[in-house]
Amino acid sequence: MDLDVLFLSRFQFALTIMFHYLFPPLSIGLGVIMAITEGMYLKTRNREYEVMARFWTKIFAVVFAMGVATGIVMEFQFGTNWATYSRYVGDVFGSPLAAEGIFAFFLESGFLAILVFGWDRVSPRVHFFSTVMVALGSMFSAVWIVVANSWMQTPTGFHIVGEGMSARAEITDFWAMVFNPSSVDRLVHTLIGSFILGAFFVMSITAWYILHGRHVKLAKQSFTIALVFGTIASLSALVSGHEQANTVSVTQPAKLAAFEGHFKSGPGDMYLFGFPDEEREIVRYGIAIPGGLSFLLHNDFSTPVTGLDQFAKEDRPPVGISFQFYHIMIALGMFFIGLTLLASFLRWRGTLFEKRWLMWVFVVAIIGPYIANQAGWIAAEVGRQPWIVYGLLRTSDALSKAVSAEEVLASIILFTIIYLFLLAVWLYVMNDKIKHGPDESALAAEGVPTGSLLDTMSTLADHGGPSLTEARDEKEGK
Amino acid sequence: MDLNFFWFVILGVLLTGYAILDGFDLGVGIMHLFVKGDTERRILMNSIGPLWDGNEVWLVTFGGAMFAAFPHAYATAFSGFYLPFMLLLFALIFRAVSMEFRSKQEMRWWRQMWDVSFTAASTLATFLFGVAVGNVMIGLPIGADMEFQGTLLGLLGPFPLLVGAFAVATFAMHGTIYLYLKTEGDLQARIHRWMWSTFGIFLVLYIFVTMATLVLLPSAVTNFREIPWAWVVVVLNVLAIANIPRAIYLGKPGYAFISSGATIAALTFLFGFALFPNLIVSSLDPAWNMTIYTAASSQKTLSIMRWFALIGMPFVLSYTVAIYWIFRGKTRLGKFSY
Repeated sequence: MDLDVLFLSRFQFALTIMFHYLFPPLSIGLGVIMAITEGMYLKTRNREYEVMARFWTKIFAVVFAMGVATGIVMEFQFGTNWATYSRYVGDVFGSPLAAEGIFAFFLESGFLAILVFGWDRVSPRVHFFSTVMVALGSMFSAVWIVVANSWMQTPTGFHIVGEGMSARAEITDFWAMVFNPSSVDRLVHTLIGSFILGAFFVMSITAWYILHGRHVKLAKQSFTIALVFGTIASLSALVSGHEQANTVSVTQPAKLAAFEGHFKSGPGDMYLFGFPDEEREIVRYGIAIPGGLSFLLHNDFSTPVTGLDQFAKEDRPPVGISFQFYHIMIALGMFFIGLTLLASFLRWRGTLFEKRWLMWVFVVAIIGPYIANQAGWIAAEVGRQPWIVYGLLRTSDALSKAVSAEEVLASIILFTIIYLFLLAVWLYVMNDKIKHGPDESALAAEGVPTGSLLDTMSTLADHGGPSLTEARDEKEGK
Repeated sequence: MDLNFFWFVILGVLLTGYAILDGFDLGVGIMHLFVKGDTERRILMNSIGPLWDGNEVWLVTFGGAMFAAFPHAYATAFSGFYLPFMLLLFALIFRAVSMEFRSKQEMRWWRQMWDVSFTAASTLATFLFGVAVGNVMIGLPIGADMEFQGTLLGLLGPFPLLVGAFAVATFAMHGTIYLYLKTEGDLQARIHRWMWSTFGIFLVLYIFVTMATLVLLPSAVTNFREIPWAWVVVVLNVLAIANIPRAIYLGKPGYAFISSGATIAALTFLFGFALFPNLIVSSLDPAWNMTIYTAASSQKTLSIMRWFALIGMPFVLSYTVAIYWIFRGKTRLGKFSY
């Protein structure tokens, strides 16, 4: 592999977008749970919900700040590393980015100030309104970004003006560009992926509290809210994923063929796993449902599906990466459905929080939605290759002409050092905040039974849980 | 109105909004290390805590609008300024996380580290903005293919470096006046002295930059021959600058802040006015200048985007006013502070 500008610029984009994408989906998912929790407080006036809403807000602020800091890189990078792309698509692709700034970022940043700093400056209703606006604002961001990215996958509403080096796409129909064939499906799936991440994030933290006998009553409340939300989201992901596969089979058949390692046109198999061999055009060591892909798309096991053989070698996406990350995403999606359904069933039976092993599974399971979100995007983006705009512009033709490989290498090295450092600091601060936990002193001061101490004692009695010192620490609000 | 001109004006409005608003919070960052003691440093950060993120959105929207309205200028400038822009991005990243992380831990070294990073990042970002403006003013080595042909060292000429220093001085003064409005007591008394010293440095650099511009860039004043009323802005600029020390002396810091904001607005206007109708001037051949017509998107896109601006701007202004109103008054540390 050559360390040329093409490889380095792609590597840099992958590095910076994947690091950035650790944060926005969590903001979106956690934002919804934050809004629900605060809404419950307004409805019931139960201070416990308020305490949790404040706690999630503090966590949200740290996540959001990282999203802002790493997000600004993305908007500038089209110009710095992909200048030819920017010239070619600016007429079409620029307006969603500008719309994101005007309609989403201003909304988010304004109301975020009230959300984080304004608890004692505005009434609870205005504060709740701000929370909802921040949650909506983060989704509006997703709308415009997914629209822009979907246009790269399934471009519509434009025509090509000029020839050769000066050719560029110009918009002919704005709404056709916004509602291109894949944007709605992909937006829904992206939001659902974020919801799952937010739900599992909350369940991971609260399961940890439950296991350690801290803030138990509050943790159980939040866990239940997140479980309901996560179960619905996990089931919806299956439906929306299926919809999307249908769209991709029509709009980007080469991508779908790569996802399933479907080399020869004809009835398509559906692999549970396997290792595609691009040289020999077969899938090795695979286990497949014969005709499964055909059935999925056409409700019939023998309907032919377009294979990679319909595409010239230079027009095919890398099959191995597309195949594996697509399958990782699906396997994790199935795991989320199984896990949330099991937990919902046990919650209904009233025995969920006694299953310590299951609580431990939830503590660790947060890694799952993280990998699934990243894997889904890797499959989507690698599956679009070798095109940067599907069928129109090759990735290799989209680079900045004024930038040298050395410059990109230098910026990659700096990004890597800085991002590793920031990741370590972020995890450290998050861990500290989570260990610190929600501030229940307000409840204790008002004489509201916090429940957590009682719960702690019962955990102590039942399971020989944490030490008494820890419980005392907690009462002192440490 | 001509759509290309409309978008040139909107970019100017976004840039002015950014320079005035983020200008004072960058200035607070530049001054941050001058205050000693944990409480006072926290007051500084919290004085801009609820505001800086919204202020930075003006820059993000400026970038998005430039991409959409003038993609060639966006592509040429951003790829031409590759390494300086990467440094700028790192500075903006560190500024954001410094504020977010600093007060999350008690350790002395931890807070010291983020304090230094906050000031360094704020100063570097401001300096690079100035260097970029200086380079755009003198022109860039742009070929017929609209591609940048220069080197990194070529971007670090004396004039751009001077404008970079001027930007740091301007924002430091603007931020100091802002801090005077947001602080009280002993800290405010010290800041009062800093208003004078930052104004002095600003004034000296203002004179240098003005002279250098007139000597080195005679083309910067050609538009005045076409549109003489623009001299009004020059006069207003000088009056605004003169009003800063007057208002400080009379004990009316609010007026001083408005005057420094007006000074920044006038300077941004003059920058745009000197450039018009170009977006990027080619130092190789005037025929290769990238203008608001040759670098633009299609009329269709510009007209769609005009709707975005007309619908969006009232919202943006109302959020901005509301947030500044809610967080008015002196900064006091509380439960929800950084």
